[in-house]
Amino acid sequence: MTTGPIFASPFVEKAPLRAWITRFVLTGLALSFLFLFLGLPLVTVFLQALQKGVSVYLSALWQPDARAAVRLTVTVAAIAVPLNLLFGLAASWLIARFDFAGKSILMTLIDLPFSVSPVISGLIYVLLFGLQGVFGPWLFEHDIQIIFAVPGIVLATVFVTFPFVARELIPVMQQIGSEEEEAALLMGANGLQMFFRITLPNIKWGLLYGVILCNARAMGEFGAVSVVSGHIRGKTNTIPLHVEILYNEYNFAAAFAVASILTLLALATLTAKSVVEWRSAHSDGIASNVPLPTVAEDTHHEH
Amino acid sequence: MSLKRRTVLPGFGLAGGFTLLYLCLIVLIPLGALFLKASTLTWGAFLEIVTAPRVVASYKLSIETASAGAAINVVFGFLVAWVLVRYPFPGRRIVDAMVDLPFALPTAVAGIALTSLYAPNGWLGRYLDPLGIKVAFAPLGIIFALTFIGLPFVVRTVQPVLEEIDREIEDAAASLGATPWQTFRRVLLPSLIPPLLAGFAMALARGLGEYGSVVFISGNMPMKTEIAPLLIMTKLEQFDYAGATALGVVMLVMSFALLLLINVLQWWTGLRVVRG
Repeated sequence: MTTGPIFASPFVEKAPLRAWITRFVLTGLALSFLFLFLGLPLVTVFLQALQKGVSVYLSALWQPDARAAVRLTVTVAAIAVPLNLLFGLAASWLIARFDFAGKSILMTLIDLPFSVSPVISGLIYVLLFGLQGVFGPWLFEHDIQIIFAVPGIVLATVFVTFPFVARELIPVMQQIGSEEEEAALLMGANGLQMFFRITLPNIKWGLLYGVILCNARAMGEFGAVSVVSGHIRGKTNTIPLHVEILYNEYNFAAAFAVASILTLLALATLTAKSVVEWRSAHSDGIASNVPLPTVAEDTHHEH
Repeated sequence: MSLKRRTVLPGFGLAGGFTLLYLCLIVLIPLGALFLKASTLTWGAFLEIVTAPRVVASYKLSIETASAGAAINVVFGFLVAWVLVRYPFPGRRIVDAMVDLPFALPTAVAGIALTSLYAPNGWLGRYLDPLGIKVAFAPLGIIFALTFIGLPFVVRTVQPVLEEIDREIEDAAASLGATPWQTFRRVLLPSLIPPLLAGFAMALARGLGEYGSVVFISGNMPMKTEIAPLLIMTKLEQFDYAGATALGVVMLVMSFALLLLINVLQWWTGLRVVRG
């Protein structure tokens, strides 16, 4: 079989070269864009943090207010992440394993916090628990402080990280299906045995992935926490709020030093995420064809 | 109960009860408080607050900068997704992982890093300033911050669709004599439009509400570089809860409208992928 000579000759000769040029130019453009918008900000953080030397860097981290901020951030994440983990397990079990009326409405409601501005996420708790809020007078009488105190920070953090674990687990559980669980039950396992021996091992990578993302957001949340915190140094300042205070005092080296901890956390999160993706793709069994969606793409409901 | 399908699996009541209780306590009741507070305002007072010149200017700025950021991301996010899917290069996996940096990096850190880059004495600002291009403390800075924040939304919606497209259709188009550009426009673009629009809407939705990365770079001048979330914050600091609530309700309604649009677009994306 011969190809038509009229267009074959220029097509075959020119195409590879042109395709290579296109490829080279487009790759260069994409990488330049990423370097400009992602790479440079990342490098800046570390260079600015170390601009006055390692001793200034370390003393900024060792300052009592900085240490208090780290303690508070870890405490808040240690409460918020397990709560949302429990919720994620319950919600994904409910949605992936049972058919019931209003399921898609429930899924939309679970996603709601993703589309609420962080500032509004804080505002709603001020309106509930603040001095002028719905429960404000009652709380004041009983000497309970939620806003401008740690409970408010925890609540705002729980709100902004609310969907993360559920979001990752729902598609994973749907993909795996319930055959193994049903078999275990028919063979006489009780609910707890089924959960710990079948369900949990099956969903472990998705679960870990959700927890990693949830934790990163919990430790890094700024807007929502800023509204409810009151910015009391050493008491209600989380790491991101401490960065803001240092920055606004023109103490740039210290601000970037503290920011560098959060940046390292972000890099660790990305690394852990890649490892989990790789592990889940290479672990044998059903889990291998479960795509682990990212926050952006997993607004997908209809599969 | 006719509500659920009969199954041997346990835990419907427990999981359902806990899910609903937690959802109500953390999300629904607090969001309800916003509308409850707004309902204490008369319609006239509400309108007066949300149509004040400073408020209108902040909404306008938020919508314009978030749209511009999302538009930049449609172009470059698509380019990044294309390169990641079609042109393997050394280090591709690391670059792919780095695309999620804006999801992982706390917004305040992104904010101060971008500000120090684009400030008049910053690494990039010192070259742009003599040219008369002001980035930090100007609307362009807000656009750049929102571009940073929105990038993964576009890349991560387009990337899976690109991966699923059957290369044979393109080969067929080429063998029928189509130029690469014609193949791209006639064969690829139709299935890429829904995910690109969905990515745009997601980046826009995120950009409208974004606070942390913007407040440092914007300079926060009323009427000029003051975004809507910041104005809510300012009103709160002045204990103007009614004002903050009214602004919040308008923003929340905008986000819900966008959320609806995103769901429609994703349904459309799914349809396109299935049809190939």
